Amino acid sequence: MVPGRAKAAALPETCATATAAGPLQPVRAVKLVPLPLYWSHVVNETGNIVPDHFNEMFADGQVRPPYARLEDWVAAMPAELRSLKQTEAEALFRRIGITFAVYGEGGDPDRLIPFCMFPRVFSNSEWRRLERGIRQRARALNAFLVDVYGRGEILRAGLIPAALVHRNAAFEKAAVGFVPPRGVFSHVVGVDLVRTGPDEFFVLEDNCRTPSGVSYMLENREIMMRMFPALFRENRIEPVDHYPSALRRTLASVAPAKCDRDPTIVILTPGHFNSAYYEHSFLADLMGVELVEGQDLFVEGEYVWMRTTEGPKRVDVIYRRIDDAYLDPLCFRPDSMLGVPGLMDVYRSGGVTIASAPGAGVADDKAIYTFVPEMIRFYLGEEPILKNVPTWQCGKADDLKYVLERLPELVVKEVHGSGGYGMLVGPAATAEQVAAFRDRIVANPGNYIAQPTLALSTCPTFVEQGIAPRHVDLRPYCLVGERVELVPGGLTRVALKEGCLVVNSSQGGGVKDTWVLAE
Amino acid sequence: MILTVEHVTTYRYDLPVRGVVQSHRLTPSVFDGQRTLRWEISVSDGIHGGGFRDGAGDWVQTCSVLGPVDQIEVRVSGEVETQDLAGVLRGHRELVPPLAYLRDTIPTHPDIALTELGRQAVAGAQDPLDRAHRLSSAVAGAIAYTPGSTDAHTSAAEALALGQGVCQDHAHALIAAARSQGMPARYVSGYLHATEEDDLHEAAHAWAEIFVDGLGWVGFDPANRCCPDARYIRLGSGYDAQDAAPIRGTARGGGAEHLDVDVAVKAAQQ
Repeated sequence: MVPGRAKAAALPETCATATAAGPLQPVRAVKLVPLPLYWSHVVNETGNIVPDHFNEMFADGQVRPPYARLEDWVAAMPAELRSLKQTEAEALFRRIGITFAVYGEGGDPDRLIPFCMFPRVFSNSEWRRLERGIRQRARALNAFLVDVYGRGEILRAGLIPAALVHRNAAFEKAAVGFVPPRGVFSHVVGVDLVRTGPDEFFVLEDNCRTPSGVSYMLENREIMMRMFPALFRENRIEPVDHYPSALRRTLASVAPAKCDRDPTIVILTPGHFNSAYYEHSFLADLMGVELVEGQDLFVEGEYVWMRTTEGPKRVDVIYRRIDDAYLDPLCFRPDSMLGVPGLMDVYRSGGVTIASAPGAGVADDKAIYTFVPEMIRFYLGEEPILKNVPTWQCGKADDLKYVLERLPELVVKEVHGSGGYGMLVGPAATAEQVAAFRDRIVANPGNYIAQPTLALSTCPTFVEQGIAPRHVDLRPYCLVGERVELVPGGLTRVALKEGCLVVNSSQGGGVKDTWVLAE
Repeated sequence: MILTVEHVTTYRYDLPVRGVVQSHRLTPSVFDGQRTLRWEISVSDGIHGGGFRDGAGDWVQTCSVLGPVDQIEVRVSGEVETQDLAGVLRGHRELVPPLAYLRDTIPTHPDIALTELGRQAVAGAQDPLDRAHRLSSAVAGAIAYTPGSTDAHTSAAEALALGQGVCQDHAHALIAAARSQGMPARYVSGYLHATEEDDLHEAAHAWAEIFVDGLGWVGFDPANRCCPDARYIRLGSGYDAQDAAPIRGTARGGGAEHLDVDVAVKAAQQ
């Protein structure tokens, strides 16, 4: 790694996992059917057309309305132009400095994130429903956090086992008994979604700490607009470029009660060695706030101060991109050089707001995820708009039995795993891999959860041979402060390998611009 | 019993430091067993920071010192009326759920020997309180009180292997053994009034609390083979010694730090 070089944000660490339901041939055995609907169907080796995963552009032999104008756009783009544009896009990304780091494969770990120019499109009504569902979820998750660090009503009601929360590694004793300004623990909730049909969306997981990747959402749009201005005239696409100002407004709205002026906001980064440093500096730039490291801040009296060339300046809101354990060596890990000594005391005595609040991670734990629909009913008195993926807890005897019986059909993840590492995608695994994983589960069942393999939707994607369907997921970013709001869009990740079901950047995933059409 | 405390902690630096920030857990707990009559904490050149009562019921207070300074003195002076509740922490307001104190930390990690010690101790116990008493006795029997045999970084497992330790090691070992048997346990720091007749003279003291179903948190002091009584003043608690430390601080810049602690706990003349 070159010190000082801007590094890209690490892509969100989630795995979208899926395969066709039922006894299909392995996906690698399919080939593309020729034009005109060449990327909407696949044939198996015996030549039979089999229904593919839901294709977001084509359904029943028709182009779905949100993609109507893209058909002409693709048709009018000769291969040479496409290749030229692709080169241009890559040059732009390189100039901006967006790379991400992949470790363990040898060579230079810095990679360019593959960018697919074919946009992913949502109609306005599709988006409105998603938006309602995500806002509902973000409200419930925050209510849950206020509750479990306060009276614990949902645990007393017996809806969530208390041990699952109180013994959770992310449950923070130092956060107990404190309600952050406006009752918000998680100010940016990243909800990872997959789609399996026209109206079928599932939440894969919630990210309540500091979800990354929003810089890609902004950059992808910027680059698409620069390369294809005509597309943005022909399609009425909702803008996303107000995200930084919305984030700033959100953070300002949760300034502590002791702040009686226009709040000073900073972004606290672990430094340029962090894989998401690029995103930290990018957001600070666009928000017009200072990007600081722990050593730039200090505690004196009742407040946190920032060293500036004009002397100390009081800080009111810290958007931190470092983990709880490193925030304050006087409260957490004493060896942390990344944090600010005394920060937690200032926070708890109301002198500064930390976003996300310490302890927020207990809400996005994979074991807690199962209970989010219960949270929505309990705190909001509403029915969940977005579905959870059915999840089996291997720590429960009945669930474990079920999982071990059906291992080749399921996706198994570590409870605290991330990045698409340490997981089993049953249908894509060999018998030996399944057997090896079975041993690991049996040795430590509580460490694993299992989910059915979903038939993940696909979106047309530029590949070497032309255009082909590739699996996608979606991470929108929900802002929670005085208001609960989303910019219309998010980060679409695409699995570039044919049939690949894991969309993480560390597993060969790419990104797409995500459009929400205006009404 | 009325106890008076004079506790002076002096930090000396080889080279002047640019500043110091400390987080104090130096105020007596509020519960039925003790009533604070007078309590003052002063820090030389110190600036009072934010204070708050945390989820475990402890008063936490920040203090910062602007440098350059080469010496800092933290002086605690007070008077507390205590009564013997046989170790039971009655009337203590706290919100942290007991289950949170099953968490493993490095100094309290139960190795095979500690787990075995715990398992054997609770075998045949009548009820949770009996289990807790047996655990405390087992730890007292396994680790001989030997000042200077261990240091601040010694873990419970190391102390047990050594068979020697001080109150910190006893508390860590009891916590580890109790947690290994599924009983929430925590570290408590405070003061002890040790009289001439007593074997032990640790005025700045530490012990453990075990959560006993039906009774709540109960203190156990394996180092003195007893439960805290009217001779004890409770300050605060945590997962382990570091988490419950009365003073946690860092200095910016400067050279090596030298620490000097002077504590006197006396029974007031009545």
